[in-house]
Amino acid sequence: MYDSGKIITGLVLFVGLVTLPFWYSIGKAQVKPDPSLNTPVINQMKVKHCIESKQFMIDNHMELLNDWRNAVVRDNKTLYVSTTGQSFTMSLEVTCFHCHSNEKQFCNQCHSYVNIQPYCWECHVKPAEEIANGH
Amino acid sequence: MDIDKRQFLKILGISSALWVGSRFAGGISSLFGIGDKFDTKALADAGFEISKTLPDPKALTAKQWAIAIDIRQFKTADDYKKCIMVCDKIHNIPDISTKQDIKWIWEEPYNAAFPEQHNNYMGGQLKDKPVILMCNQCEFPPCVRVCPTGATFKRQDGIVMMDYHRCIGCRYCMAGCPYGSRSFNFQDPRPFLKKIDPEYPTRTKGVVEKCDFCAERLDKGLMPACVEASNGAMVFGDLRDPGSDIRKILSSNFSIRRKPELGTQPNVFYLI
Repeated sequence: MYDSGKIITGLVLFVGLVTLPFWYSIGKAQVKPDPSLNTPVINQMKVKHCIESKQFMIDNHMELLNDWRNAVVRDNKTLYVSTTGQSFTMSLEVTCFHCHSNEKQFCNQCHSYVNIQPYCWECHVKPAEEIANGH
Repeated sequence: MDIDKRQFLKILGISSALWVGSRFAGGISSLFGIGDKFDTKALADAGFEISKTLPDPKALTAKQWAIAIDIRQFKTADDYKKCIMVCDKIHNIPDISTKQDIKWIWEEPYNAAFPEQHNNYMGGQLKDKPVILMCNQCEFPPCVRVCPTGATFKRQDGIVMMDYHRCIGCRYCMAGCPYGSRSFNFQDPRPFLKKIDPEYPTRTKGVVEKCDFCAERLDKGLMPACVEASNGAMVFGDLRDPGSDIRKILSSNFSIRRKPELGTQPNVFYLI
């Protein structure tokens, strides 16, 4: 092989660079996301149940919210009937934040972990801001 | 193996039929896999109607909502203010003291609201009288025609609605609107809000906004906030219903509209 020294050094350097993120985080403890359900409203609930099952909400809350926004804004529909037959107002502020009033300990836990920045908060009012504004 | 054109086409035909068949079977079988996991996408892909969202049974419905504003009943500055203030408050409309202000409902002197009606010799009472202005919810809205993303659209009840999620801030609609009813968010509106109503979203930098006849209140069964605050000076109703209050008031009073010659069929009527 011609220039084997250069090629092998180059390959080692390349592999090293590509795998740098793995080397970088070796030995560092990764904080597992731990969404907290410790809010006054949830603590008072006898049966702690979201509008749908926990697994469904974990898997599909983004799709659900997307469907909600289209239904409310574009189709004048405001009620959501869950698989348990209960109906809820389709509103982030009125329904979701009523229970999940802890954005930092709930939403941000996973969103930060997977490094996504939903832009809901640019318009929708965070529950924390409600408190700041004396509501 | 040599194949001729005929054989090639046969193989192609059979394999594509199989492929389509397997896709279809996959769609159906995934349907039967739904238990606790409600897969809206699979349902929608298979052409099933999902009726898990419904309109509020209390919602007010119409074929074409319209407002008649009796400007004779607006006498003091407070009469105007209370209608404008309630809207600003419930919709988180910022108060910006430059040309970049946001307005949903505002007042303008008669000669500015109806420039084509103005003459130099008209009676003093009307000449400089302020008139309440808002989005006309046109029957043929130019803003909807020019919107490239479908962010502004006409609802089934005639309301010209904004979907801020889709607005890209191109401002074609502002160029299209002959009434100046639309405002652009040149900056984040939140610093200009004294108090934020947490039940209604604010807007963000780079979207256009306007009055939507309180669509969110109609969907809950409430009248528009300005109509409620006006003590009867504004009448709201279905223009297509001959028995509605607005039709009665329009048939018994002389009314004008802003720039009717443009053919947009505005749905805000003024009794003068």
